[in-house]
Amino acid sequence: MARLALMAGPVAFFAVFFAYPVAAIVARGLEVDGVWRFGRIGDVLAQSDVRHVLWFTTWQALASTALTLLVALPGAYVFARFDFPGKQVLRAVVTVPFVLPTVVVGTAFLALVGRGGLLDELWGVRLDTTVWAILLAHVFFNYAVVVRTVGGLWAQLDPRQEEAARMLGASRARAWRQVTLPALAPAVAAAALMVFLFTFTSFGVVQILGGPAFSTLEVEIYRQTSQVFDLSTAAVLTLIQFAAVVAVLAVHAWTVRRRESALRLVDAATTARRPRGAGQWALLAGVLATVALLVVLPLAVLVQRSLGAPGFGYYRALTEADGGAFLVPPIEAIGNSLQYALAATAIAVVIGALAAAALTRRDAGRFVRGFDALLMLPLGVSAVTVGFGFLIALDEPPLDLRASWILVPLAQALVGVPFVVRTMLPVLRAVDGRLREAAAVLGASPWRVWREVDLPMVRRALLVAAGFAFAVSLGEFGATVFIARPDNPTLPVAVARLLGRPGDMNYGQAMALSTILMLVCAVALVVLERLRTDRSGEF
Amino acid sequence: MLLSLEGATVRFGGRAVLDAVGLEVAEHEVVSVLGPSGSGKSTLLRAVAGLQPLDAGRVRLDGRDQSGVPAHRREVGLMFQDHQLFPQRDVAGNIAFGPRMRGASRAEQRDRVQELLELVGLPGAGRRSVAALSGGEQQRVALARALAPRPRLMMLDEPLGQLDRSLRERLVVELRELFGRLGTTVLAVTHDQGEAFALADRVVVMRDGRIAQSGTPLEVWQRPADAFVARFLGFDNVVEATVSGQFAATPWGKVPVPEDALQGARTVLVRPSGVRIVAADAGLRCAVAARTFRGTHVAVRLQPEDAPSLEAACALRAAPEAGETVGVEFDAAEVVVLG
Repeated sequence: MARLALMAGPVAFFAVFFAYPVAAIVARGLEVDGVWRFGRIGDVLAQSDVRHVLWFTTWQALASTALTLLVALPGAYVFARFDFPGKQVLRAVVTVPFVLPTVVVGTAFLALVGRGGLLDELWGVRLDTTVWAILLAHVFFNYAVVVRTVGGLWAQLDPRQEEAARMLGASRARAWRQVTLPALAPAVAAAALMVFLFTFTSFGVVQILGGPAFSTLEVEIYRQTSQVFDLSTAAVLTLIQFAAVVAVLAVHAWTVRRRESALRLVDAATTARRPRGAGQWALLAGVLATVALLVVLPLAVLVQRSLGAPGFGYYRALTEADGGAFLVPPIEAIGNSLQYALAATAIAVVIGALAAAALTRRDAGRFVRGFDALLMLPLGVSAVTVGFGFLIALDEPPLDLRASWILVPLAQALVGVPFVVRTMLPVLRAVDGRLREAAAVLGASPWRVWREVDLPMVRRALLVAAGFAFAVSLGEFGATVFIARPDNPTLPVAVARLLGRPGDMNYGQAMALSTILMLVCAVALVVLERLRTDRSGEF
Repeated sequence: MLLSLEGATVRFGGRAVLDAVGLEVAEHEVVSVLGPSGSGKSTLLRAVAGLQPLDAGRVRLDGRDQSGVPAHRREVGLMFQDHQLFPQRDVAGNIAFGPRMRGASRAEQRDRVQELLELVGLPGAGRRSVAALSGGEQQRVALARALAPRPRLMMLDEPLGQLDRSLRERLVVELRELFGRLGTTVLAVTHDQGEAFALADRVVVMRDGRIAQSGTPLEVWQRPADAFVARFLGFDNVVEATVSGQFAATPWGKVPVPEDALQGARTVLVRPSGVRIVAADAGLRCAVAARTFRGTHVAVRLQPEDAPSLEAACALRAAPEAGETVGVEFDAAEVVVLG
């Protein structure tokens, strides 16, 4: 019963601020004069341009996932098994892209491969008219997902298992294939699914790099809602994306459960050693080069472009209101973003911690496990739909929030909650249930058990979760672009607006603002890295 | 009665782990529950503690029904098998936990911690981290933590299970002495008969969720209730026999039994010390299959021609070599006719 009470908060939150707005916008699109027009689904699907978007969304997600695995798996191995100077710093560096706002990622790649970008200047090569810009940006963005999810488990696999196989007569390669690979497979699958999910619903990156030629479902939903005003097509596209995401999440939930099956794990610190022999040094060098080219270079170019005008001209321009795109100086977006993100973090931590506490028990029933998967949905449901849904659904009493500043943090918290839950759940589940029993027998009520036993153990994870929620809220774009008021833009919204206008000054200011956003995220991440332990979570 | 269980039943997926168990523990009594793993003895403790709901029956403490009373209000102590000390608290923090939950003031907590650390022989260890303790020290801290809130009933789950043998033998004597001095009522479970016999006023043997026998250590040792209890206590010379008068007809031939022995079809136990080795041409003819040095004596496994093997306890010098042929006679005083 107590567990159900704990879940009441998160359930109510998701019902009011997620399910209701999404349902409202679907209804707005498909219901005409009280009659449901499900026939619209068939009509929309029959359009060749919709089918083209669907096809592109799927294949670019598949291609991005495959490419990310190809590039990042050697990195996962190097981070798991090798010990080398600067490893901690490098681990933080590769994680920076993951917490970067998609808008910044898009801008950084635009600065690298776009018109007037680094490659354009050097060799006249432009990739922003090809799909490669999108794919590379997706790899950049998701490299850390694979390195962290797969590498984290790999580092904890007992190397003696492989040694046991060698003693039983297996060759080195065979031992890897027969012992290590099966143990890793669920983690690889889970990472691949996460990457697929993120790229399938990609918005900011494609919006900036895709141009007119390439459009994902999410971008198309945005275009239909805000430019074409064809709500019924947008509603159908939302439903299609929803169905696809539910299917992917179902597979994900299944692999996560398999991953929790009993693997013999050891302390990650004991399994890494210095590389030996030319082959291992070459592998390490290769991974370092990949990180330099793929992760460091785009960020460096972004910073370099932002300094393009003499005397920090672009940065100084940020402090001036030009009356065009903004009613206020763009620099004010920093303050807005920080305030919104802090509020969103507070909401996400409370809701996420309640949900994680409710989900902790391994004997959780089917209903609770279903809720587990449900919590992941906001990661995959069209953020654009959520944002527009907020405007449509939360505009009448008792929930007239349209004019309230809380609207933006609420939407941002929706994407923060899954991160909080995913970070805290493994730690909470690792707490030995008998410690709780020991406390109960000594006279601690259930609430005190949580405070005295669980909380001290998850305090660190809670901080890490809060950091992720903060970074994710800071970078949220799809929903915020709808609901942030013109005089209160967030950083990503301001960047997108600047990029949408012609001229070097706007371009330079976008670079400058992106650099600031990147620095804020990087600082948040450095703090996280100091806090996190190897056991705290999946991200 | 301080603790009484009536028809306590716990089922895991249809299988009864506790099967209508009735048990009473009087104040100041030390009771050991002895049984092989899977016999339901840990579940018994968890049911009393309120950590495992009963499917049927009831638990009473001081005569009051405990159904619906959550674990933290039962005021019983439980020492867990692997101690379950709180890793993020130091020794004093662990010991003070129970008094703190019951609202003791800081000064009271401090005094209680000091008192208990002296009691368990770790004075001044309050600031130490529990991770830095040895196995024996952890055991002492766990004991102090369980005793700190002055539980009316102290329960121990395999209290010495993870310690090495010599430490175990020393600690069991200390525990017995300590509980006697404090007048603590104790319910301990163990799979180690030596531990149970050394600790308890009364031993309860469990099998498959039921109580197979209950009695003083001497009673249980001298008169095991049935073949299961006898075998669990380490006796292997157990056979079906027909008792009539002063003799039992067994596969080993005619075995003399004590005067007051029950008559008819019975199970008969011959202690190893009651198997006397004589010249090969006298008594039951056996081959010596193996001999195992046991410190104070030699355990000899004897194989008669058409009967189950026998174990004999021989003095060091008198023990025959493996491969020899010997004769065997039985000593009525060391033969038990089981109920």
